[in-house]
Amino acid sequence: MITGEDVDHISWLASIKVSEVEREGFVASFNSVLDYFHQLDELDTEDVEPTYRVVDLTNVFREDVVGESLSSEEALSNAPRTENGYFKSPRIV
Amino acid sequence: MLRMLKERLEAGASAEEEVSALFSKINKSRLNAYNVLSEEAALERAREYDRSPWGGLLAGVPIAIKSSISTKGIETNCSSRILTGYIPPYDATVIERLKEEGAIIIGKTNMDEFAMGTSTETSCFGPTKNPWDADRVPGGSSGGSAAAVAAGEAPCALGSDTGGSIRCPASFCGIVGLKPTYGLVSRYGLVSYANSLEQIGPLTLSVEDAALVLDVIAGHDPRDSTSARSEGGYFARIEGGVDGLTLGVPQEYFGEGVDPLVEKAVWDAISKLEGLGASWKKVSLPHTRYALAAYYIIAMSEASSNLARFDGLRYGLRLGADQDWHTTFSDIRAAGFGPEVKRRILLGTYALSAGYYGRYYLKALKVRTLIKQDFERALSAGGADLLVTPTMPFPAFRIGERIEDPLSLYMADVFTVPINLAGVPAISVPCGFADGLPIGLQIIGRHFDEAAVLRAAKAYEGATPYHEAVPKEVV
Amino acid sequence: MAEKDVIIGLEVHVQLNKLNSKLFCGCSTDYHDSPPNTHTCPVCLGLPGTLPVVNKRAVEYAIRVALALNCAIQGETLFYRKNYYYPDLPKAFQITQYDFPLGLGGSILIKGEDGEERRIRITRVHMEEDPGRLVHAGTIDRAKYSMVDYNRCGMALLEVVTEPDLRSPKEARSFLDKLRNILEYLDVFDGNLEGAMRIDSNISLVGGERAEVKNISSHKGVEKALAYEITRQRSARRRGVAQVQETRHYDELRGITVTIRTKEEAHDYRYFPEPDLVPMRIADWVPRVEAKLPELPDAKRERFVAEYGIADDHAKSLTSEIRVANFYEVVAERAPPRLAAAWIADVLKGELNYRDVTIERFSPDQMVVILDLIEGGKITEKGAVEVIRTILDGPGETTEADPAAIVATKGLSRVEDDAVMAAVRAAVEESSQAVADYRAGNEKAINFIVGVVMKKTRGRADPGEANRLVREALEGAGRA
Repeated sequence: MITGEDVDHISWLASIKVSEVEREGFVASFNSVLDYFHQLDELDTEDVEPTYRVVDLTNVFREDVVGESLSSEEALSNAPRTENGYFKSPRIV
Repeated sequence: MLRMLKERLEAGASAEEEVSALFSKINKSRLNAYNVLSEEAALERAREYDRSPWGGLLAGVPIAIKSSISTKGIETNCSSRILTGYIPPYDATVIERLKEEGAIIIGKTNMDEFAMGTSTETSCFGPTKNPWDADRVPGGSSGGSAAAVAAGEAPCALGSDTGGSIRCPASFCGIVGLKPTYGLVSRYGLVSYANSLEQIGPLTLSVEDAALVLDVIAGHDPRDSTSARSEGGYFARIEGGVDGLTLGVPQEYFGEGVDPLVEKAVWDAISKLEGLGASWKKVSLPHTRYALAAYYIIAMSEASSNLARFDGLRYGLRLGADQDWHTTFSDIRAAGFGPEVKRRILLGTYALSAGYYGRYYLKALKVRTLIKQDFERALSAGGADLLVTPTMPFPAFRIGERIEDPLSLYMADVFTVPINLAGVPAISVPCGFADGLPIGLQIIGRHFDEAAVLRAAKAYEGATPYHEAVPKEVV
Repeated sequence: MAEKDVIIGLEVHVQLNKLNSKLFCGCSTDYHDSPPNTHTCPVCLGLPGTLPVVNKRAVEYAIRVALALNCAIQGETLFYRKNYYYPDLPKAFQITQYDFPLGLGGSILIKGEDGEERRIRITRVHMEEDPGRLVHAGTIDRAKYSMVDYNRCGMALLEVVTEPDLRSPKEARSFLDKLRNILEYLDVFDGNLEGAMRIDSNISLVGGERAEVKNISSHKGVEKALAYEITRQRSARRRGVAQVQETRHYDELRGITVTIRTKEEAHDYRYFPEPDLVPMRIADWVPRVEAKLPELPDAKRERFVAEYGIADDHAKSLTSEIRVANFYEVVAERAPPRLAAAWIADVLKGELNYRDVTIERFSPDQMVVILDLIEGGKITEKGAVEVIRTILDGPGETTEADPAAIVATKGLSRVEDDAVMAAVRAAVEESSQAVADYRAGNEKAINFIVGVVMKKTRGRADPGEANRLVREALEGAGRA
């Protein structure tokens, strides 16, 4: 069972603030969705290998060759806040 | 059909007139199929074409692009408030290929926010309407692309399909939608929802058009490590019919929960294919009932990581005064994402979090193995060459009907998500109507056997009239 | 001093800065003198839709390092996502290795506190991408905002994790010195570039919780930060305050550590395999890379002792930096190896360190000429040191200075030395009045004697030197 406290913790991990109203809705919908997910428990997958990717590729590399970079203007073009060629970040602490 | 458009252009018709005719339709339309138009640039490019026509598989052909595919200089917002105004400084590989083959991009189509939905109702720009019945959803998440093509607001479009997002709206809007084999089309530039599941593919008015667009966008891309080599030449190999092919009919895709009119239309289609020379047999995909849960766990988990980057620092939404970074980011993400996106990010975060990885994510990947094996068995040598099923269990539902209950919305994907889990190619083609609403037939093939899928779809389309019907919402 | 109750483990982040391009994109690694955000592309900025592709040479370099650190190379290795938020991390996850790291279970030898060799175990070596760089408006805990430069973002990093085998800040430093030395031998790393090596350390007192001290960017800084932490933890223990498990940030300017995170907020990184990359099967590469592995410091040191017959201490000193070792080998081909070892290890290195310059300021040719002069008895040891200093302090391309010319212009040859001494003795003998005046306390009388010396040497003696020699002669005579 997911509780309101669980939702708070997940919201902290996911860095999404959850309002009081949303929190209640999430508790209900998370429990019903997770309940649905739990039908997988019926399957014995002890000896089954997980499939991380369906294409069986290995060793895909690029050569160590320098390509084109963006100009500073292009790099910063979508940034809401900049200063002297830097992205401006909220304070850390 | 693209063939006719290309012939007109080659005979000297004005690309500018073609493009401006589209925009006058779009501008009058109430479907809300687009969220960004590139009218000026498209008209300019059309005029350039008229002045000195270039060659290419799609020379002078206008195309609509789903808002999750990056286009240099054209806003790419994924129908999310958090990305509104974001203009990529680069083109997705598929966009580069379209441009190389001479296509003209007319705009970005509406979608479920970050492709999370089956109805295009989760868009921050409001739902797109189904051209067959404006009270109904066009399907999703590539609903804008499907509605635009169905309503004649674009001759063809690109969408992306993570769990049915091309095939579902194609089915609901009565057009053709192809999800290629995982790895056939480069994902470079497609804003990721669930990386291990999704592919870009065409939405078109005919199977032939789908093959033509696939020829343009398929192929190895050194910028996508999961990109495979493609044999290409799909358009050239599209004739040939179904004579001698064995179709598998998975029993789990019929019965409870499926609209009887949908079932009937699909059985009629199977008979039609039989009449064209194919044989069919019942097959079983025994883990089908676990596909939805496995799919949603994988998709949400990957999404929680993929969508973590949206924090308003480098692009996208930034709110008033900054506080400390964690509070600032959390507030931006709270304001920038809609409820369904939040739900999936939070559930995905939970599924990957300490202590739950094995129970959810790893478990789902193991179930994915079982589902993939189901398909391998059913499509093995001596088994079926292709599988045929309904694309959706029911026709387009009403706007607002399912959106409040996430689980009932997820259930709509029951026949499309197993295909993404297995990574195989599948197409949806129109196969009839239920009370005036289109029904889609899903044809599924072996890995990288798009040629057979397209050939069968083309043979079926050639023997039926459904793709020629015109929806009533067309202005 | 080895402290029996101190437990230190290090996580060292090493930039593979000798690569041309970043780990997952084609941006150049040559950003150190560039304005911010000029070495970025959609991939390393983490723009929506972009995908990583692994730099093949980065993997080869990583294998090289893991082998040199005596690790077992994993035949199949994978990248994972490590999910966490921080403004310097544009995707909000770092592509790194988790299960199946490239190398496991290595070790290197360092000289321990007691002078004995100590084997420091290495837990693992793995590849990851470097985050961007944060510039704080002030200090991290007081800044109103920070600024982000992503030029560094996406640089190939190796993380070298040790077991908690280190017992003092000094041992930590000597581990880092040795590691840097090995990396430079492997030609994958230039330690002189800013930010090339960054260290996180875990430190605890026996029986106490550990603190993780992050963001240390120099070997000296590690020694200082750890010493500070030991003092802080000891004094907390004395006051009866329990150390909590926490993350602390080293403030280089203030020379202190400040807490930035306590365990209650500990991260849950939600690792999972990066879906946009495919596994790397590298078992086949290992023999090839191993065959090309250069001689490493310990082997070179043993060879120097055996081949050149030099003392182990000299061999160790000469091999502690690849450039010095190479310099020595060139010189030893053309000069007596033991003499060369002594002069390079004991004198030249000291003069370089004193000036904080590298051996590129001196040429093997210069060293060979100097050793030749010493061996031929043409120059005193003192004179030779003077020549070395003169070269290093010279203007322009110091390697072009001619040692023989310096000897001539500065009058440093042993012959000239003798001539000056003879002149001094004669002048003292001849100037009995001046000597008497000097002894009576008239300091100025010495100038007269120096004048005589200058006359006798026709002005070739250095007046200051002559003054000193005259004084010496007078005092020697007085004592006698």
